[in-house]
Amino acid sequence: MSLLEIEKLSLTIGSTRILRDIELSVAPGEVMGLVGESGSGKSMTALTVMQLLPWAAHASGRITFDGIDILAASEDQMCALRGDDIGMVFQEPMTALNPVKTIGEQVAEGIRWHTRASRADAEERARKMLDRVGLPAAQFPLSRYPHELSGGQRQRVVIAIACALKPKLLIADEPTTALDVVLQAQILDLLRDLVAENRMGLLLISHDLAVVTEMADRITILRHGEVMEAGDTARTLSEQLHPYTRQLAQASMHVPARAKTHERGRAKPLLQVENITRDYPGRRLSLLKRAASIRAVDDVSFSMAPGQSVALVGRSGCGKSTLARMVLALDKPTAGTIRFRGDTLTGKSEAELKPARRDMQVVFQDPYGSFDPRQKVERLVAEPLHVLEKKPAPAARREMVAHALHEVGLSPGDMDKYPHEFSGGQRQRLSIARAIITRPKLVVADEPVSALDVSIRAQILDLFAELNQKLGIAYLFITHDLTVARAITDEVMVMHDGKIVERGRTSEVLDHPQSAAAKALVAAAPDLHRAIAKRLQEQG
Amino acid sequence: MTLHIDIPDENLAGILAKAFKNRSFLAGFVITALVAAVAIISFLWTPYDVTRLVISDKTQAPSLAHWFGTDHFGRDILSMIMVGARNSIAVALVAVGIGMGVGVPLGAFAAARGGIADDVLMRLNDLVFAFPALLSAIMITAIFGPGAFNAIIAIGIFNIPVFARVARAGALAIWPREFILAARAAGKSRTLISIEHVLPNIATLLLVQGTIQFALGILAEAGLSYVGLGTQPPMPSWGRMLFDAQTRMVVAPWMAIFPGMAIVVTVLGLNLLGDGIADILDPKSRRQR
Repeated sequence: MSLLEIEKLSLTIGSTRILRDIELSVAPGEVMGLVGESGSGKSMTALTVMQLLPWAAHASGRITFDGIDILAASEDQMCALRGDDIGMVFQEPMTALNPVKTIGEQVAEGIRWHTRASRADAEERARKMLDRVGLPAAQFPLSRYPHELSGGQRQRVVIAIACALKPKLLIADEPTTALDVVLQAQILDLLRDLVAENRMGLLLISHDLAVVTEMADRITILRHGEVMEAGDTARTLSEQLHPYTRQLAQASMHVPARAKTHERGRAKPLLQVENITRDYPGRRLSLLKRAASIRAVDDVSFSMAPGQSVALVGRSGCGKSTLARMVLALDKPTAGTIRFRGDTLTGKSEAELKPARRDMQVVFQDPYGSFDPRQKVERLVAEPLHVLEKKPAPAARREMVAHALHEVGLSPGDMDKYPHEFSGGQRQRLSIARAIITRPKLVVADEPVSALDVSIRAQILDLFAELNQKLGIAYLFITHDLTVARAITDEVMVMHDGKIVERGRTSEVLDHPQSAAAKALVAAAPDLHRAIAKRLQEQG
Repeated sequence: MTLHIDIPDENLAGILAKAFKNRSFLAGFVITALVAAVAIISFLWTPYDVTRLVISDKTQAPSLAHWFGTDHFGRDILSMIMVGARNSIAVALVAVGIGMGVGVPLGAFAAARGGIADDVLMRLNDLVFAFPALLSAIMITAIFGPGAFNAIIAIGIFNIPVFARVARAGALAIWPREFILAARAAGKSRTLISIEHVLPNIATLLLVQGTIQFALGILAEAGLSYVGLGTQPPMPSWGRMLFDAQTRMVVAPWMAIFPGMAIVVTVLGLNLLGDGIADILDPKSRRQR
């Protein structure tokens, strides 16, 4: 018998239809993967099961959990279920914990509430649970606060809270999306173990087909609030009967066509980074005393040729972004020099940097945060024109913006809109339009596609590849996602603890990693091909 | 889930169309315009002369002859409120102007520069903040003599740290955003970024603070008038009227009710107006109240 049974679930918010006739079931001890792109209704399905819907929402259909009709249950009944029989893990570990409460209190809270256990008993159980999720007492006493933990550790605490009462069903909504690949692999392992130990049902929500394939026994693919295809994971993904399933699978493995690749060393280097070091001062302990400084980037040297596309990969916190900022002269290195087209950038004033700024631009990760919400596209995309020696007249400026928008596949009419009128993928196109309007020689892209859906990601990668071919722009791609590195770059540099530990041709490094850091990254990276093959093998 | 929202074009006609659909703006605008109109009319005409005392008519309840009643000197309260409007509004407006004009650039500068400049400016700010407004107003008037003008200066100076703090806090939240980094990568100077990106994004915050400070300004003027350092008699002001009414609340409640209502209505109108403007200026505004 199924643990959770969703039949003909439809959901409307106001007059907007969110879900239509969803069918889904989870058996005890089973992992059900719920896959879809943003806006497909994945999270809404989860919230409906938890009855945590927004106020104006109206659900119809039938949800049965362990014999209880969820849609008819009272708020009191739901309160008893939530956190006890149904646990939930959210995407963002940074905001899912209360910053002013210790982790012990937060884990014990649910235990005390649901079992009426005494404080001491609850804390003891909380302690056991934290040990179980890999936060041992010696390093992680109950008195730790969330800000003292890293992202992966916080996600472990969130899982400890969700699983503290051994729920029958765990709903995990994108539990690893905010984490780097190595942490992702660890968290997925933990979830898998917990499922096996307690015969817990797991509803795993993700946009990442590879992650779901590795984890889920069965899979449900959602699009525009409707179930496209559902069934056994290995069969569904290997046969790819439904066109949307095929589209999703292809998009997640997409590699843009690139005619020529660029090698290092032929031409004069475009960018030379020599022995760059960046220290951040430690936390102030008292008025005069400071903690030892933190070395974010440690003696890094590399060079890039014109038109070359280089990936800088590494786990979160390894210093990738700090290095990128120094290359862009947005941050000053503590020691070392950066040369761009032969000119030294380090130690120059903002006015002296202008000529260099013309030839290097940046694309950021977050397509929502990288635009001033108060300005229109025309001004936003035209912003880098500020560095031109001769500022173009308004008419010429509009012309240039229109051209740049056209190049990234948007219409010139879009320039009178505000950024919030665009979707995530379109905004990333805007971001690229802004980066190429001055015809730069180098574009530094900091995780430019990691916030995007797979199909949009494939399009944006194509766009990057096309611009590289057409305009000869060199890319420094910062990413923790090896599929992106493989798709678009000629060379890979692996960064670990502020140092570059490995560098070489992309395919060589990713297929035969030498350093421990690179090996860890490659081993942890989810890969759809590999995951499907493994699944099929297991089933014989 | 994607909700499609139509946003009118941001030309003047578009803004006006949006403004007139926004109920809080409309209500605020009407109330504020009404108060301003009353203040302007008072220059030309009032029902009675506010400087003439008619002791025989003292503390009369509202009637057809005196709509809002009379005070303890027999002066018409409606006329006094009309004349008082111009004092109160002028004092509060200029005080907020001084506070914004000096405080916002200071705060934005402190946030943009950071480091020692920030520390020094903010500690100076704290220094000004540490003195109660009334105390330093007494100090200022002791040096320059009492009067409405000096009251304005005193209240204005005490608005500076308020706006400096709000502007700095708002700006600090904007600075780490990626679009600022993008602007820096485009080679824009900190001053230019402050003007182009930071200020428009904290304008809402400042407007709301502005309406609050305006209301506080009216109250501060009332307080200063009470201790005899603000508007000098026989010129009426709302604050003075309230404090005069204090001891006669039981016998002549209208003496307190009407100036009190005048303050409440004005402050309410300004708050609605500020709220409405903030809504209209936000390109994302989708609420149409």
